[in-house]
Amino acid sequence: MRQQIIVSGVGGQGAVTLTRWLGEAAMALGVPVLTSETHGMAQRGGTVISMVKVGGYHGPLVPWGAADVGLFLREDNLAVHGGYLKAAGVAVVNTPNPGPYLGIDALGIALGLGLKPVTANLVLLGYAAGQGVLFCGAEVLGEVIRTHTPARFVEDSLKAFGAGMAAAREGGG
Amino acid sequence: MGSERLLLGNEAIGRALVEGGVTLAASYPGTPASEILAAVVAAAQETGAKVHAEWSLNEKVAFETALANAMCGRRSAVAMKQVGLNVAADPFFRAAYLGVTGGFLVVAADDPGPHSSQTEQDSRLLALAAQVPVLDPFDPREAREMVHVGLLLSERYELPVMLRPTTRVCHARQNLPLGEVVSWERPARFVKDPGRWAATPVFVRDLHRRLNDKLAAIAREAEWTPDFLPGDGRRPEKCIVASGVAAAHALDMLTELKAAGQVDFYRVKMPFPLHQPWVEQVLGTYGEILVLEETAPVIELQLGLGRVKGRATGTVPGQGELTPEVLGRVLAGFLGLTAPEAPAPAAGGVRPSLCPGCGHRGVFYAIRETFPEGIFPSDIGCYTLGINLQAVDTCHCMGAGISQAAGFYHAYAAGGDFPPIVATIGDSTFYHAGIPALINAVFHRARFILVILDNQTTAMTGHQPTPALGITAQGLPATPVPLPELLRACGVTFLREVEAYNLPEVKDILLEADRFCRSPEGGVAVIIARHPCLLTPEGRRQPRYRVRVTEECIGCGHCLEAFECRGLKWEEAEGRAAIDPVTCAGCGVCVHVCPAGAIESESGD
Repeated sequence: MRQQIIVSGVGGQGAVTLTRWLGEAAMALGVPVLTSETHGMAQRGGTVISMVKVGGYHGPLVPWGAADVGLFLREDNLAVHGGYLKAAGVAVVNTPNPGPYLGIDALGIALGLGLKPVTANLVLLGYAAGQGVLFCGAEVLGEVIRTHTPARFVEDSLKAFGAGMAAAREGGG
Repeated sequence: MGSERLLLGNEAIGRALVEGGVTLAASYPGTPASEILAAVVAAAQETGAKVHAEWSLNEKVAFETALANAMCGRRSAVAMKQVGLNVAADPFFRAAYLGVTGGFLVVAADDPGPHSSQTEQDSRLLALAAQVPVLDPFDPREAREMVHVGLLLSERYELPVMLRPTTRVCHARQNLPLGEVVSWERPARFVKDPGRWAATPVFVRDLHRRLNDKLAAIAREAEWTPDFLPGDGRRPEKCIVASGVAAAHALDMLTELKAAGQVDFYRVKMPFPLHQPWVEQVLGTYGEILVLEETAPVIELQLGLGRVKGRATGTVPGQGELTPEVLGRVLAGFLGLTAPEAPAPAAGGVRPSLCPGCGHRGVFYAIRETFPEGIFPSDIGCYTLGINLQAVDTCHCMGAGISQAAGFYHAYAAGGDFPPIVATIGDSTFYHAGIPALINAVFHRARFILVILDNQTTAMTGHQPTPALGITAQGLPATPVPLPELLRACGVTFLREVEAYNLPEVKDILLEADRFCRSPEGGVAVIIARHPCLLTPEGRRQPRYRVRVTEECIGCGHCLEAFECRGLKWEEAEGRAAIDPVTCAGCGVCVHVCPAGAIESESGD
């Protein structure tokens, strides 16, 4: 099993956490995994990208035009990082606007449930998992979130993740 | 599976230091090295290992503290970023001559790219200049292993050894096994030997000869022969030599180019000293050698120019990160293949900026409003982002903002009048390198305003404690060294403390400080502007105001341009500013910013 994923957003949206859960899911499945994250200056609200490489890779960076899946926490980032996707790659985007991608209003859903804005990242992840575009299923990811999230955030995190999955089941976003 | 974890490269290094029996680890935070010491603390707590771990005041202090432990026969480590090694260069160079008795690992993390640094220099060049063996890990797994072999090598030759990871190793995560902690049970034993530990020039020539002998011996150890991945023989005249993460990406790109296994590939683990028998073999075997390494041509220069192609010959770009895209083009050219499509430049995006509710923002705004014609030297940290608010004109290296402010004063004062000069520095950076600069400025009667932006933490690198707080890296009680007493002891006579959110008061104090600078008894005027970082628990607990933009808004855009807070947005349909409730932190500072008085706040939850 090999898959290259990019996670694109701005600092503070939880891109690093999303990346981490994908890495933990690969480990739970017993597949070698390499990820890269953005730290420091660029994390201060600036555009950030992190990457996940599942399967037998050596380096942590995904080349331009090689990603199988892109998780976009911010629609504007499609213009910046969309080119990392291969021709047959899938973009999953946090947006209320329809377009040539799998779109879901993750922020709207999170706020509608009374959750913090940052949980939109998990709504998006739940949606991607529900759409079956990831190397792993929703069950594995749910278990990862349950075991690795600090106790006081577990409930809200799973609620956000579940809302994303439900949106995928309902065939929309 | 229970013994495997998804570890950040820095976590892998920190964990390995504890597993390897290091009893003292010191560091000063800096991206990409910041997570190493925290991982040492976490691993020591988890395993019960006895380790003294500290966030030292700066890298030179960290180096010398860890060195002394290694001079007592105990295992030691110091961690920093590449520019931190510049600060520690003085003890680093001499430590090679004098050596150690316990294993001493110097972790210097480089930032090719650069992603969060003022240079993209190569610490391996400093290792070469200082004559210290250096290990160049390929991924987090190898970084972890190199901690162990590095400590062994250090002890075998009584030499400091450098581990040089780069951003893509430090901030990559990988599934890794955990190991057992080795306890060496070595009580501190310092053997007096003035000819070595206090070597005067008379002894140094002999120490240098011994160092050269040690390096020559290391360069012949079979362990340091580069890893060989043989090709299928279709290109017998060519080989690729690579080190660090550039080797990892090159291997992935050879697969992408469908050229995996077609050419002989050598992976260098120790770029200095290079394994000498291998150098002779490679130079004797191949007509064309391509060297891939970050950032400087360290291996390339040791192989000698001629048939060797790399950064020095321009075959590989002379600067910047060796990303998969860059390596793809270089490899295709070298192997005579079709290059993959060139990546389009990533256009647009959002630039980094101070967080909504950050106490620094209002202070920068006040400085810029109060002194539109001022000169604003600054420094390294979150507050470098004051550049967006046009209140930061220079950013050089740790502590330089204060020395530069003094320099600007002397430059202008030579011609008579001088403009308002307002230097800004964070609390942690002040402790790191600001104190000598301030003493020097006060002593030489420079006249400028210094604003210490005190958010009571080292925010940019992940909230490490500063010496003002009574807590160590290990969460133990410490002896606090508060700023006001320190500033007075530096000779400062004008000192004011102010709540950073109170813009009218900040402006008044700035004007008062400027009058002091220009008075007959004037000198350096220091203002401590305090507000806890909003990402700390204390900051998160602060009251939130309900902020709104009223009908009075004239749509001038001043708040958006001059205050640059993400909590404010432009409402296109109504032609005026509005609050973005998702990002607004409810600090209420923007109320002071609107020229029409159209921003209101009231007590919220």
